[in-house]
Amino acid sequence: MNSPFSKRNRWRQPSVLPGFGLTFGFSLGWLTLIVLIPLATIFLKSAGMGWSDFIKVGFSERAVAAYRLSFGTAAAAGLVNAIFGLLVAWVLARYSFPGKKVVNALVDLPFALPTAVAGIALTALYAPNGWIGQYLDPLGINVAFTRIGIIIALVFIGLPFVVRSVEPVLADLGKDVEEAAATLGATRHQTFTRVIFPAIGPALLTGFALAFARGVGEYGSVIFISGNMPGKTEIAPLLIVTQLEQYAYDGATAIATVMMIASFAILLGINLIQAWSRGRAGA
Amino acid sequence: MITVQNISKRFGDYPALHNINLTIEPGEFIALLGPSGSGKTTLMRIIAGLEFQDSGHVLFDGEDVSTRKVAERGVGFVFQHYALFKHMTVAENVAFGLSVRKRKDRPSKVDIKARAEELLGLVQLGGLGNRYPAQLSGGQRQRVALARALAVEPQLLLLDEPFGALDAKVRKDLRRWLRGLHEQMGLTSIFVTHDQEEALELADRIVVMDHGVIEQVGTAEQVYMEPASPFVSDFVGEINRVDVTVTNGLIRLHDRQLDIPANGHADGPAQLHFRPHDVELAGAGAGAGAGGLPIIVSNLFRKGGKWRVEGHCGALDRVIEIDLDAADTPPHVGVQLVVRPTKSRIFHTSGR
Repeated sequence: MNSPFSKRNRWRQPSVLPGFGLTFGFSLGWLTLIVLIPLATIFLKSAGMGWSDFIKVGFSERAVAAYRLSFGTAAAAGLVNAIFGLLVAWVLARYSFPGKKVVNALVDLPFALPTAVAGIALTALYAPNGWIGQYLDPLGINVAFTRIGIIIALVFIGLPFVVRSVEPVLADLGKDVEEAAATLGATRHQTFTRVIFPAIGPALLTGFALAFARGVGEYGSVIFISGNMPGKTEIAPLLIVTQLEQYAYDGATAIATVMMIASFAILLGINLIQAWSRGRAGA
Repeated sequence: MITVQNISKRFGDYPALHNINLTIEPGEFIALLGPSGSGKTTLMRIIAGLEFQDSGHVLFDGEDVSTRKVAERGVGFVFQHYALFKHMTVAENVAFGLSVRKRKDRPSKVDIKARAEELLGLVQLGGLGNRYPAQLSGGQRQRVALARALAVEPQLLLLDEPFGALDAKVRKDLRRWLRGLHEQMGLTSIFVTHDQEEALELADRIVVMDHGVIEQVGTAEQVYMEPASPFVSDFVGEINRVDVTVTNGLIRLHDRQLDIPANGHADGPAQLHFRPHDVELAGAGAGAGAGGLPIIVSNLFRKGGKWRVEGHCGALDRVIEIDLDAADTPPHVGVQLVVRPTKSRIFHTSGR
């Protein structure tokens, strides 16, 4: 007798969710078209220049300083965002207050704003004669045209990532879990550190990873506030653009390749940590 | 002893509890029974200290604990949806209450671990301490929640709809087991439920609530056999309600006089309540069954060890439910019968 299931692939479980083959194939094709092919051309382009040239350009003193700056400031900004983004998410998830919708929209603004606008606005604020800068300058604190300025710009553009990653998880974390901790005698502090924080940890890590990744690649807002001094406040994406402007395409792709591999390795690492923590929770 | 005095609570404009008074003796197993919105959960949360009353007092052994925080009241609370800590193992969940104690009161790590293991054995989950809550079934999670609540040695155990999310079979086993545990540990327990069967089976006393007031407090026997109000009569157990009129000590359904004593009820509109099993059936022949409710059998099915007969009463335009012994020969659908309640209650409808 002819089973109605005989036409199906043997390794496929019958499922009510239709179209696995179609959607999976489409996802793969889409990823290839949008992500893999453009990235592959970077590899191919830089592969043309040979190892020694690649090392010379990709790991020149100026390039290494730029990587350090880019990854360092992105990590610092990611950390700041993790802390303060968590606070914002907490307030948005937990409390209702007049103007909450406006605050909610404000959080997303860095997504929508052209990054150059953010850069110009921040520079105007923090320049030694700017609104905030004029008070910081006498204290000997320079923000614009230093690393601090870069970090501030990256904090600005990275904030929504943390807030939007953590907020739904916080909202979903039942009030009853906190109440349970309270009935068992835990203080508010213990409840936060031992119950709430571990529960939102993976989401917070996601938010950090996204903010960090965005920070590493950020260009528009940073170039205005950083001052772009080679070896000091020159970020790696700017270095790539500089190379391109000098028609040194090989150099640009070499730096891009190094950045890409480093970024991928870091993001993969964060993903592995997440998979591990999720596995622990058995979810 | 737990004493609740004149507790009132509003949520905005909504009166959740109105002037509640209740005394619970040590060792009692109390059910707070009522439909949703009756205030039963709010009352329990106020006793626990998770919610605070607008007025009134909560006393534990004569001591006013109204202003004490939940952590200082020494209550164990089992939440409806378990509220387990998902990122902790089962053993860590159970040990949580001990491990958050101040250093001077905290047992050693080895002792905490041993205690958690002991409690898991008590709730029949020995050997599952290293699992995570997500790897357990609903009934197992419920028992972890219970073990966690018991770990802090509460003087009072509060359970919010403890069996609500479980399937019928598991629920029944867990119910019996919980009753045993309550006696074995000498606890005082209060549980909230909307399931009257659960309340009747488990509790020493049942507190029936509706619309923020206590309708009746009593044993299962009292609440079932002598309901104090039409609400209790209707909510606890199955009931047939018939709108009647009392005139001159006689009960009338429209123009038909029913053969039921009105024992001293004042004249006026009233409700006649009787249980499906408190009836006599008679054929609709001439003379027989005068003074009963005439019905036409509309449906018949087996309900466990009984026959359930549903009869349409033309005079009321409503269905009357009747239980017959399994040994009886059930009537056919379409047959005319007369139902005479052998035991019934009359409630005046004007009062409430």
